[in-house]
Amino acid sequence: MSGTHAHSAAFVRDRMIPQEPPPDRSIGALGWLRQNLFSSWLNAALTLVSLALIGALLAAVLPWVVHSSWTANSLSECREQIKAAYGPEESGACWAVIRERWSQLIFGFYPSEIYWRPILAFGTALGGLAPVLFPGVPRRALYLTAAAPFLVPWLLWGGTVWLPVAVAFGFVLGYAGFRVVAPWAGGILGAIAAGLVPVLWWLLLAGKAAGGLQEILPLGIEPVSSRNFGGFMLSITIGLTAITLSLPIGILLALGRQSRMFIVKVICVGVIEFVRGVPLITLLFVAWLLLNYFMPPNTNFDIILRVIIMVTLFASAYVAEVIRGGLAALPRGQYEAADALGLDYWKAQRLIVMPQALKISIPGIVSTFIGVFKDTTLVSIIGLLDPVGFSNSIRADVNWNGIVWELYGFIALMFFIFCFSMSRYSMYLERRLRTGHR
Amino acid sequence: MSDTAIDRSRLTVSDEVAIQILGMNKWYGAFHVLRDINLTINKGERIVVCGPSGSGKSTLIRCINRLEEHQSGKIVVDGIELTNDLKHIDQVRSEVGMVFQHFNLFPHLTILENCTLAPIWVRKVPKKEAVETAMYYLEKVKIPEQANKYPGQLSGGQQQRVAIARSLCMRPNIMLFDEPTSALDPEMIKEVLDTMIQLAEEGMTMICVTHEMGFARQVANRVIFMDQGQIVEQNEPEAFFNNPRSDRTRLFLSQILGH
Ligand SMILES: Nc1ncnc2c1ncn2[C@@H]1O[C@H](COP(=O)(O)OP(=O)(O)OP(=O)(O)O)[C@@H](O)[C@H]1O
Ligand SMILES: [Mg+2]
Repeated sequence: MSGTHAHSAAFVRDRMIPQEPPPDRSIGALGWLRQNLFSSWLNAALTLVSLALIGALLAAVLPWVVHSSWTANSLSECREQIKAAYGPEESGACWAVIRERWSQLIFGFYPSEIYWRPILAFGTALGGLAPVLFPGVPRRALYLTAAAPFLVPWLLWGGTVWLPVAVAFGFVLGYAGFRVVAPWAGGILGAIAAGLVPVLWWLLLAGKAAGGLQEILPLGIEPVSSRNFGGFMLSITIGLTAITLSLPIGILLALGRQSRMFIVKVICVGVIEFVRGVPLITLLFVAWLLLNYFMPPNTNFDIILRVIIMVTLFASAYVAEVIRGGLAALPRGQYEAADALGLDYWKAQRLIVMPQALKISIPGIVSTFIGVFKDTTLVSIIGLLDPVGFSNSIRADVNWNGIVWELYGFIALMFFIFCFSMSRYSMYLERRLRTGHR
Repeated sequence: MSDTAIDRSRLTVSDEVAIQILGMNKWYGAFHVLRDINLTINKGERIVVCGPSGSGKSTLIRCINRLEEHQSGKIVVDGIELTNDLKHIDQVRSEVGMVFQHFNLFPHLTILENCTLAPIWVRKVPKKEAVETAMYYLEKVKIPEQANKYPGQLSGGQQQRVAIARSLCMRPNIMLFDEPTSALDPEMIKEVLDTMIQLAEEGMTMICVTHEMGFARQVANRVIFMDQGQIVEQNEPEAFFNNPRSDRTRLFLSQILGH
């Protein structure tokens, strides 16, 4: 302690100490290494053992990855090329299968001359999600968010432009129904009208209206059948739709489960418990085989749509339970304060309860989403050609019979990229929403 | 308790009725928590409610803004009777402010947003005006500089003053306080009580559940003592503290003032 005068109890500092850099040991790369990897003998030993393991793993895998063939046209040709290039004892990856089949792994049997459509659809979907996911995006992009649910399916499946217009019109009708009925029949009947009118429209009239308009003014793009969908495009179509729809449905189910209205509560508990109690694969079989029996005859209910409904239902039930956990973690005082300020149920939920409950639930919700996205590979079992389904058919090809690691490695890598970005996003969101220390 | 000099002559009570409770009973399941409550409170009155733990003080004031539902009898607030009619309940709630023991600020919103939320969404006040009102009341409780912080970054006393400002932003006619200082460290109690005294001087109708007897002597015009869900005694503060008439009151007072 410089500057203290030891001989007297009274003290006045006569020289101020300027800022000095910290000692070398605690900063820079060396400081980091010391603190994180070699802080104690145990830590140092663990570091060395881990380095050795990682080294051994890389030594085993890297040569296989690098000593590869990109140009061959069959597995046997691959092997010959590798032996010729790296010696008779070497084995290497046959990435040629990816080069030859990557377009199918990504687009399935979608006609190659209109690959731009799924790409544009994917871009539209991301553009529509952006203003929801990131606060920095200009608010005008929300128009794209509103248009995306109609634009994306139209781009993917094609056909007349009047169909998405007719579907969108259903929402206008619902809104109109609410505005007409609510003032004289009350909010609940208004809400029922807002739900019933569009459903009737979609089921009975929307198709005819779209057909009629198409005859008057033919506008459309080449239709693509669901049979041609496949690869990652299929996984993303199913996964992204199920994920975006399951959040609002999950929220409603979680709220319904806490409702004081007995019927609402019983229905929500029933749906959640039933769906959670049944394997997804069973639901997919139901979608594949049974759902058509419940539909009016001659309606050809698209298989991908059926699968999306089931996967969405499945995801919603899990999301609902995760959110229920978040709701339970919220102190009762928050509800009381909202009530005491005169906020009604929906405003309190929207402004006070959900922002906090969802924030608590982010890790769980994102885990559910990641799980759902990976579970889309199960559709291969009911004959849809998602990447896993496709890899089976590639392996059945005479040229590629016996290839395993390269295909699954590629698929795993693609899934990892998607899931890892979701996980990073959730961490970003948690950091952004952190307020104070409570 | 508080050394702020207060001029009792400024504390006027009108003869208009603010709250009327007639033959009110409430049960939690089979437990009869409030029994035959009769209470009339005029505009501008400052009522302090005290009594042992579990005597039903919180339940009583929570019935006034319908955080709890009563099963029999009548509660009329500002001329509006509390029934199952949601419209009436919302109306009463926007007239009656409430301050809780644990502040119950919204942790995901800034101080300013806490104060503007209800005016904007319930009263439909334009945002700019709501912000002005909020800043006015934050200034009044002496923490305008914290407006953009989050509740978690404030001390307990500051949070409670924000909670008071948040209620005031709805421009209530009546304020309910449920032990507003009992979660606070001693040095913060004064800043909250001073804020409440200031409110009283401005003629706010106040009902406070509190054990701050200094505050009761200084500010209240009536002290109500509750035990076992009943109003056991009520009187002006001087008489209440110097000449308690019931044995229960004497016992209670000797316990909290005694040591
Ligand atoms: N939600 C509830 N369900 C059942 N019993 C309750 C409930 N809330 C309170 N009680 C009971 O009702 C009685 C009165 O509670 P209240 O909270 O009104 O007491 P209080 O006078 O405010 O006590 P304190 O000074 O401890 O806050 C207590 O016996 C309590 O256990
Ligand atoms: Mg209490």
